[in-house]
Amino acid sequence: MSILINKNTRIITQGITGKTGQFHTEKCQEYANGKECFVAGVNPKKAGEKIFDIPIYGSVKEAAAETGATVSVIYVPPAGAAAAIWEAVEADLDLAICITEGIPVRDMLMVRNKMKEKEAKGGKKTLLLGPNCPGLITPDEVKIGIMPGHIHRKGRIGVVSRSGTLTYEAVGQLTELGLGQSSAVGIGGDPINGLKHIDVMKMFNDDPDTDAVIMIGEIGGPDEAEAAQWCKANMKKPIVGFIAGVTAPAGKRMGHAGALISGGADTADAKLAIMEECGFKVTRNPSEMAKLLKAML
Amino acid sequence: MKIHEYQGKQILKKFGVTVPRGIHCTTVDDAVKAAETLGGKVWVVKAQIHAGGRGKGGGVKVATSLEKVREYASQILGMQLITHQTGPEGQKVRNLLIEEGADIQHEYYVAALTDRATQSVAMMASYEGGMDIEEVAHKTPEKIVKVFINPLVGLTDEQALTLAKGMGMNEASIPQCVQTLKNLYTCYMETDASLAEINPLIHEADGTVKALDAKFNFDSNALFRQPEIVAMRDLDEEDADEIEASKFDLAYISLDGNIGCLVNGAGLAMATMDTIKLFGAEPANFLDVGGGATTEKVTEAFKIMLKNPKVKGILVNIFGGIMRCDTIATGVVAAAKETHLSVPLVVRMKGTNEDLGKQILKDSGLPIISADSMAEAATKIVEAVK
Repeated sequence: MSILINKNTRIITQGITGKTGQFHTEKCQEYANGKECFVAGVNPKKAGEKIFDIPIYGSVKEAAAETGATVSVIYVPPAGAAAAIWEAVEADLDLAICITEGIPVRDMLMVRNKMKEKEAKGGKKTLLLGPNCPGLITPDEVKIGIMPGHIHRKGRIGVVSRSGTLTYEAVGQLTELGLGQSSAVGIGGDPINGLKHIDVMKMFNDDPDTDAVIMIGEIGGPDEAEAAQWCKANMKKPIVGFIAGVTAPAGKRMGHAGALISGGADTADAKLAIMEECGFKVTRNPSEMAKLLKAML
Repeated sequence: MKIHEYQGKQILKKFGVTVPRGIHCTTVDDAVKAAETLGGKVWVVKAQIHAGGRGKGGGVKVATSLEKVREYASQILGMQLITHQTGPEGQKVRNLLIEEGADIQHEYYVAALTDRATQSVAMMASYEGGMDIEEVAHKTPEKIVKVFINPLVGLTDEQALTLAKGMGMNEASIPQCVQTLKNLYTCYMETDASLAEINPLIHEADGTVKALDAKFNFDSNALFRQPEIVAMRDLDEEDADEIEASKFDLAYISLDGNIGCLVNGAGLAMATMDTIKLFGAEPANFLDVGGGATTEKVTEAFKIMLKNPKVKGILVNIFGGIMRCDTIATGVVAAAKETHLSVPLVVRMKGTNEDLGKQILKDSGLPIISADSMAEAATKIVEAVK
């Protein structure tokens, strides 16, 4: 078991014909069960063609109907990415994973509210991971996104983070200590996104094959604090927590659009304090995340 | 991206928000001419810099004669204006706004910003205008009224009225206030703003509602479709090194410490800075080389870091994923040679082709210190710069 995806997941790639889409689709195909999992691509101008033996369809709806795929991964450039998300939602997919970095915030505001409106009217709920995220992986089964597959090992530790390379850092440490991962999820660094820490923590809590979790956050926004409060009341598994940006100055955007201190409650120190209070084992030394977790098992 | 107050007011005016008549100028003579053109008996001479707190810092003066306009304009133009947002060295004033005086009956506060938790646009208003809103929020949060706007619906009449009444707006001015708020919301959305703040918003004796200040921030992801906003960018107000870095698609922010750091990924870059501090030193910068770093990019990154005279050592931390460690190692060696690097350099590399990368560093003959973990790298660079 794992969360969100496994070897039986069937995936559509939106933006498969672009440079980034092609590069990563090939890598994802090479990983574990990738050849069976990546079943369709979308590009209205190239419908009927094939790329890496993957058939290209004119729309997500058509691709889903033809292949039975329930998940899509999006590499579409920023200006059209929100529309691509909406297309996946309108096709009633289970999950859309948006890798694209640099989508205008207003576009994300609009599409997120359209998604909520659709759900409120009784329409099917499509989960969104990202945007501006590395994607997610269930080791030895399937990788959807841009993370390096070879650093992962199959196992029982969950990882969730806003940052790509910091996720790899945690995974790398775990693998070195002989601890495999059930799933590793990058929720992305944008201020308006889909799945948040709290949603992923709930899934790890319910997953019988996850024993413990590393939760990584960064400055900006209320999400880590919200997840910590939920975990305090509900989480049955040990958690190691780290927040990046203790040294970040207020009011400066630190690379990620969402990594910006705008008040007193979204500093790294404030988040670390709340997480500690909620029962996380927190650290200010990101080199010892896996070591701390191992000691708790 | 930030803009000046005078530009913010031009935008507000375009969207139907009433602002005082004013003229932007860059010389003392033009300031006096501007006052003459505006006419009247009272003018406000306002320093234009990309930071708040200008009034307290001596950058805003009320003049009651043309002589006074000249005097204040000479004082303010060229001064290093120090406010709580500029840092101790202050910001040089290169631009002035000369405005007609306003008949202030009361000062209110209004702002629109994107709310992450509710994924909506929050609009806030308060009776306590003209003050630092963070202070109001801290001491008397009940004096701030807030509505959350569903972007699919827009600011409703009911919400606008809630805000106008909630901020205690002068009764006779409520209809104009409601319209002002609606215009502000439209302006916020159409310009892809991330913050639009009017502090203070005032009402005059005849009931007119006017924006006496305008502070905007824009979503940099959306600038590609906002050419009018991009045209307002004032590079003099931004950090020269950050501008230089952005040309090479590097995310760079200068800080106060003495350890330069070069990292791939924003989260890992912050974590590296934090580790440096944890082991007793301070980072000199934030620098994310991104996912597709080339030799040229790494060399430019070194040049930018080394421009900072405070840098006494460099820490490179790379987690090779798609980007291979040997590529980065080649880049680091080339950059160290090209910049004639004379400060200690610690490199920590993990991930794809790690061994190959380490070998390249070793074979270079350069005094590069290698480390396996972030903690070890930080310990070594802190030790090396002592």
